[in-house]
Amino acid sequence: MTFSLTHLANPTRFLNFAGAVIPWLAGLAAILLGAGLYLSFFVAPPDYQQGETVRIMFIHVPSAWLAMFAYVLIAISGLGTLIWRHPLADVSAKAAAPIGATFTFLALVTGSLWGKPMWGTYWVWDARLTSMLVLFLLYLGLIALWQAIEEPGRAGRAAAILALVGAVNIPIIKFSVNWWNTLHQPASVIRAGAPTIDSSLLTPLVVMALGFTVLFVVLHLIAMRAEILRRRVRALQQTQVAQAALTGA
Amino acid sequence: MTAALALIRRDVALAFREGGAIGVALGFYLVVIAIAPFGLGPDLNLLSRVAPGLLWVALLLAALLSADRIFHNDYEDGTLDVLTMGPLPLPVVAASKSLAHWITTCVPLALLAPVLGLLLNLPIHTIPLLVLAMLAGTPAVSFIAGIGASLTLGLRRSGLLLALLVLPLYVPVLIFGVSTVSAAVTGPGSPWPPFLMLCAISLASMVLAPLAAAAALRTAFR
Repeated sequence: MTFSLTHLANPTRFLNFAGAVIPWLAGLAAILLGAGLYLSFFVAPPDYQQGETVRIMFIHVPSAWLAMFAYVLIAISGLGTLIWRHPLADVSAKAAAPIGATFTFLALVTGSLWGKPMWGTYWVWDARLTSMLVLFLLYLGLIALWQAIEEPGRAGRAAAILALVGAVNIPIIKFSVNWWNTLHQPASVIRAGAPTIDSSLLTPLVVMALGFTVLFVVLHLIAMRAEILRRRVRALQQTQVAQAALTGA
Repeated sequence: MTAALALIRRDVALAFREGGAIGVALGFYLVVIAIAPFGLGPDLNLLSRVAPGLLWVALLLAALLSADRIFHNDYEDGTLDVLTMGPLPLPVVAASKSLAHWITTCVPLALLAPVLGLLLNLPIHTIPLLVLAMLAGTPAVSFIAGIGASLTLGLRRSGLLLALLVLPLYVPVLIFGVSTVSAAVTGPGSPWPPFLMLCAISLASMVLAPLAAAAALRTAFR
């Protein structure tokens, strides 16, 4: 793990690695998502209480899981930036933030579309919903901070600190359903004892979750590659400007 | 310790002698509370029910008005450079300046709150509890604002960005602050459990936030 992370610290090596891996992972994501969508829409039976709306869950649950996963990834990258000065940690955090914000938004929207027929309202100020909304706001704050600071080094370190401070929210989201016991149902897949979901609904959910996760990894690698290239272009432009200034003067 | 006290005394004196700064925050607090009944309607029962929440939200906004100045003036004139190189550890500098912000902004706001509570028909017997809860909860407000102020140091439109970064972090303070006062206004339940949570949040942020603020200050100076 440490070996591979230090090995990939060289951006060129990382670009080669990403270039080699992305097509395979993209293919895998397409297969998993294709199979998952087929299973969710044509194979899974309607739930005996929720009816057809249960299918929204196959999008909602993986989005919500990735929303938190992306934030944890940003926080760990923040540690990498501040402690080990890993040159790609900052790139990884910056690339993950918009993707994580998108998945958080997806989770909020699909949740509220499901909430209208099931709970009778698009939105309730339930602990789980509220903490997810706070997570979305944290993502927006992180993105705004990156946009506001021009020098990439300082932006990366400042965002890392903010990400670590905001990480307090992650356990609150995870355990909100247990602590406050409100409208949102408690954990039903990963829990002590067996999952409380019937296997006919669990299988498509797991396939979709895997598909979403691989999709996230692909998007993250592409965004990291774009960010590295963007920084190279910036560096090239700066040297060009410096040269022009030298020869022009 | 003497150096930290001197720093606090200096910041407090500057804030009071600068003029306007404290008055603006108090005036802002008054105006926000005064326009709320125009939006909500003058129903006194409704107002007394929403009063704890309104008073807390307006207090957070008023405290944020001056938050970007926790480090800003010293950053502009170079004092902060000297402080980073001085013998005082940077987290202690951050803590002293956040504490000075608490003394000069949050304490006056908390002391103004009873008057505004009367405007909102807050039951009079709950007012001591309101002030107590605000005094106990606002250290967290100032110290977390210190993190935001150090992250946005020297940026354009830093005040707006500061609010976007910091307000989501105020949610726990708001929840426990409001539920302390609400428990006394409408019941049921005792106000003390949320009050103790509020104290815990304040104490934790007084210890942890200066470390984050100091780290953020170092990034601004590299």
